[in-house]
Amino acid sequence: MTPSIRDYGDRALLVECGSTDEVLALAGAVREAGLPDVAEVVPGARTVLVTLTGAERQAPARVLLAGLLAGPDVRPGPAAEPAVAAVTIDVVYDGPDLPDLAARLQMSVGELVAAHTGTAWRVGFCGFSPGFAYLVGGDVRLSAVPRRAEPRPRVPTGSVALAGEFSGVYPRESPGGWQLIGRTDRVMWDVRRSQPALLAPGDRVRFRAAT
Amino acid sequence: MIALEVLRTGGPALLEDLGRPGLAHLGVTRSGAADRSAHTLANRLLANPDDLATVEITLGGFTARVRGGAVDIAVTGAESAAAVDGVPFGANAVQRVRAGQVIALGTPVRGLRSYLGVRGGFAADPVLGSRSFDTLSGLGPRPLRTGDVVPVGDPGPGFPQTDQAPVGPIPAGAVELRVIPGPRDEWMVDADALVRTRWAVSDRSDRVGVRLTGEPLARRWPARELPSEGALRGAIQVPPGGQPVILGPDHPVTGGYPVVGVVVDADTDLLAQLRPGQQVRLRWIRPRIAAGTPAGW
Repeated sequence: MTPSIRDYGDRALLVECGSTDEVLALAGAVREAGLPDVAEVVPGARTVLVTLTGAERQAPARVLLAGLLAGPDVRPGPAAEPAVAAVTIDVVYDGPDLPDLAARLQMSVGELVAAHTGTAWRVGFCGFSPGFAYLVGGDVRLSAVPRRAEPRPRVPTGSVALAGEFSGVYPRESPGGWQLIGRTDRVMWDVRRSQPALLAPGDRVRFRAAT
Repeated sequence: MIALEVLRTGGPALLEDLGRPGLAHLGVTRSGAADRSAHTLANRLLANPDDLATVEITLGGFTARVRGGAVDIAVTGAESAAAVDGVPFGANAVQRVRAGQVIALGTPVRGLRSYLGVRGGFAADPVLGSRSFDTLSGLGPRPLRTGDVVPVGDPGPGFPQTDQAPVGPIPAGAVELRVIPGPRDEWMVDADALVRTRWAVSDRSDRVGVRLTGEPLARRWPARELPSEGALRGAIQVPPGGQPVILGPDHPVTGGYPVVGVVVDADTDLLAQLRPGQQVRLRWIRPRIAAGTPAGW
């Protein structure tokens, strides 16, 4: 089924996808195609937002994008061998929400930690704040984690968290509604680095319990 | 070195340029001048490239002394009775200021943000390719404070050609913004309520978003969450409380609140000039596709 394209104002187009794999495949294909009117490609959980260079480009871009979507390059292929090794993030698993969340998911704390570390995660997209990567593809037991009823006004930098189908690490102190299961010293965002963000869409991540 | 010494900031005084596009995939929003046309006009009057930094001044009050040499300046956006050594000079025009003279902005009667440009631009260190201060992430040169000495860059080869630009007045009364429906208008019980309601600008508005107060928009599925998706300046998000927020230049790159419509690109600069309490009407300029109809073109 061809993903649908919606107008997002007069200067962007929103493409709906069925899964994060489709999002990654589509975002990559749009970038590779080098369409002249495309200013930016913003992946989301189930969408790709294509921003255009000007409002007058929306009509022609819609046609070009529809053509691209009908072609063969946007189907998520079989998982290719990753070109870059996974990033390992050491975590102290002592988050304030860990015991309650484990109980809620009917696991022991040890089982929850093992589920978080046992499977490689993948960056689906970034958003919310610089360097905040939404990680997907972890253990299926962690794929429907409820958010906190009350968000915290301040989540410490380096907090390792779960919500919905995602895991993530807060790059800096901010409000947050995710379940905090641990913390890391790994610097997720440093504007002085040549690559300021540790994680970009498509990167793989393994969490490891620090001893 | 030629520089401006800040004597008083008044409201927030931020360095802004055309922002840092192209980094959304890392969670970095474009940011940049909230009223791009006013910022760009200041630069063009001064024969600067469009992307040199100006000072974005909210509700006037900014006062600075020129040091080290003469400069050419221009003040655009909200008219704020700008003066040099107490002598008013024209808005949207080039003004020469000598070393030791003091530039002062009053409080605008209409509009919210003024842009002080200088020939050569303001020369702070760029962060990720831009001198814009992003109020949400804190990226960029920090807000100006009394005592700051802000260097002026070297002027380019061009000389100001136009003395003054004719610019229409910023509306003081009710403002109408043109909106394209969707993409998530079907998340509202009655999306057309957006265009029937007389909204007012909340004083909790800022560069992240213009908050509208009025009859809350009811959501069709109160417990359902929208998977996070990319967002843009001008998008009208509806949080659970039902009070719409029109996203500004410092909006988060992705968001989970449904966007009922998006202000057309040409009207987004006007968002930067809306004052708390000002009335806003929204108008669909394309037909809404009713819920249940395939939304693709």
